[in-house]
Amino acid sequence: MIKLEHVSKAYSAGIPALNNASLYIREGEFVFLVGESGSGKSTFIRLLLKELEPTSGKIFINGQDIGQLKRKQIPKMRRNIGVVFQDFRLLRDRNVYENVAFAQRVVGTGTKTMRSRVPQMLSVVGLAAKYKSLPRQLSGGEQQRVAIARALVNQPKILLADEPTGNLDENNAWEIMNLLEEINKKGTTVVVVTHNLDIVKAMKKRVITLRKGIVVSDEDLGGTNEI
Amino acid sequence: MRFSTFLYSVNQGMKNIGRNKMFSLASMATMAACIFLFGVFFSIVTNFEAMVKTAEEGVAVTVFFEKGLEQKKIEEIGTEIKKRAEVARYEFVSGEQAWEEFQKDYFKGNTEAAEGFEEDNPLANSSHYEIYLNDVSMQKTLVSHLKSLEGVREVHQSEIAANTLSDLNSLIGYVSAGIILILIAVAVFLISNTIRTGISVRREEIAIMKLIGATDNFIRAPFIVEGVMIGLIGSVIPLVLLYVIYSRMIAYVAEKFVFLSSMLNFLPAGHVFRVLVPVALLLGVGIGFVGSRLTTKKHLNV
Repeated sequence: MIKLEHVSKAYSAGIPALNNASLYIREGEFVFLVGESGSGKSTFIRLLLKELEPTSGKIFINGQDIGQLKRKQIPKMRRNIGVVFQDFRLLRDRNVYENVAFAQRVVGTGTKTMRSRVPQMLSVVGLAAKYKSLPRQLSGGEQQRVAIARALVNQPKILLADEPTGNLDENNAWEIMNLLEEINKKGTTVVVVTHNLDIVKAMKKRVITLRKGIVVSDEDLGGTNEI
Repeated sequence: MRFSTFLYSVNQGMKNIGRNKMFSLASMATMAACIFLFGVFFSIVTNFEAMVKTAEEGVAVTVFFEKGLEQKKIEEIGTEIKKRAEVARYEFVSGEQAWEEFQKDYFKGNTEAAEGFEEDNPLANSSHYEIYLNDVSMQKTLVSHLKSLEGVREVHQSEIAANTLSDLNSLIGYVSAGIILILIAVAVFLISNTIRTGISVRREEIAIMKLIGATDNFIRAPFIVEGVMIGLIGSVIPLVLLYVIYSRMIAYVAEKFVFLSSMLNFLPAGHVFRVLVPVALLLGVGIGFVGSRLTTKKHLNV
């Protein structure tokens, strides 16, 4: 599903943000990507979204070498990847329904499909009753649920979550992680970048550890020996 | 593009104008000023051209023949004249016709003076061709050609009138084209500024759109709509104003300055606006489109 072959990314002369990283994430996996600040986690996410080009190496998503994609093909590739951020990145002037529907609008979904798909997605994240609320009227956890609904409404095969619990208290953080696990159980490949080692250890999933751009460990069952 | 996506882009474009009121209004006002001035110059140039055309029709070149030139040769000269593209029409005036015209013009009411000549036509050798041009600027070329023809004794022309008219026409054309070009540049710059502000206001939304997988066209479309709408509104307002002002002005001149209306023959509003309306709308929409397209291309790195 996601494959990196000797991928390096250097922004300027000095230590590369990602250094000769090779890894393979299978379809339907739930993977944590951990590491200190500046270890290359965000660069990893941006490379997968083709916001950045690797200095060397190849990245494959669903068997497709994304380095070979033409500019016009990038939007289509991104539609297969849902993204969730620490700061939610919701449109503040639009309500919950509109924020989720926006993702469908962007990919050209018809209004009829949108009207059935958006409420369905809001029920999955437990926010069907709050569809008229504006982001500022919601708690951090609820805002992150809206962001997850938006990321999933187009049914992507991969969900990338960049520090999804970074702005949340423990209860909300657990709720979000449980939701991500539920989503993973339904078949979506989930990659979570996080600092929260308690959650990582407790969830007992595959953990890839980055340090100074190098993959220093790749263990199952929440193993984080290298941190 | 789906129809719902098209409607969404139009809706977002209109919202952009609302969100960015001051800049949008400034752009519309500049566009309106630009189109208004364009309309003023267009009306002046169109009217002037019509007046020049009328004046041109009265400017003639006269070709006299060598004494005793046989009719066949005269007809050959006529065929040569007919071939020239700059000739609108030409007519042969015989010595008798020339004398009759002269009598009409100079012995009006004094038939006795004319009778003195009786059968002796003093203009017997003055048969000639009168040539009317469709473009007075070509008069010089025609005259030198006519002078080179065999059997031609003399060619008369009103050089000053021809040159002055064509020079003035060109001058007005150049000045108005220059001013309009400057105004178009200002309008494109202002629209571009408005769109750039809109882009920076919506930067976060655009970033989200990109991550979700929006195409370049989907992201750009609302800004293009915004530019086109500014151009459209900015050209409709001055067109309405111009129509009202123009119609009232020609009516006022015709009513209050009767002596002027005999010299200045204004074209009816319908005649001027039949061309001005589509040209101005196209210009407004075109400027809006080009301004927004250039800006989105430069500042929306999708």
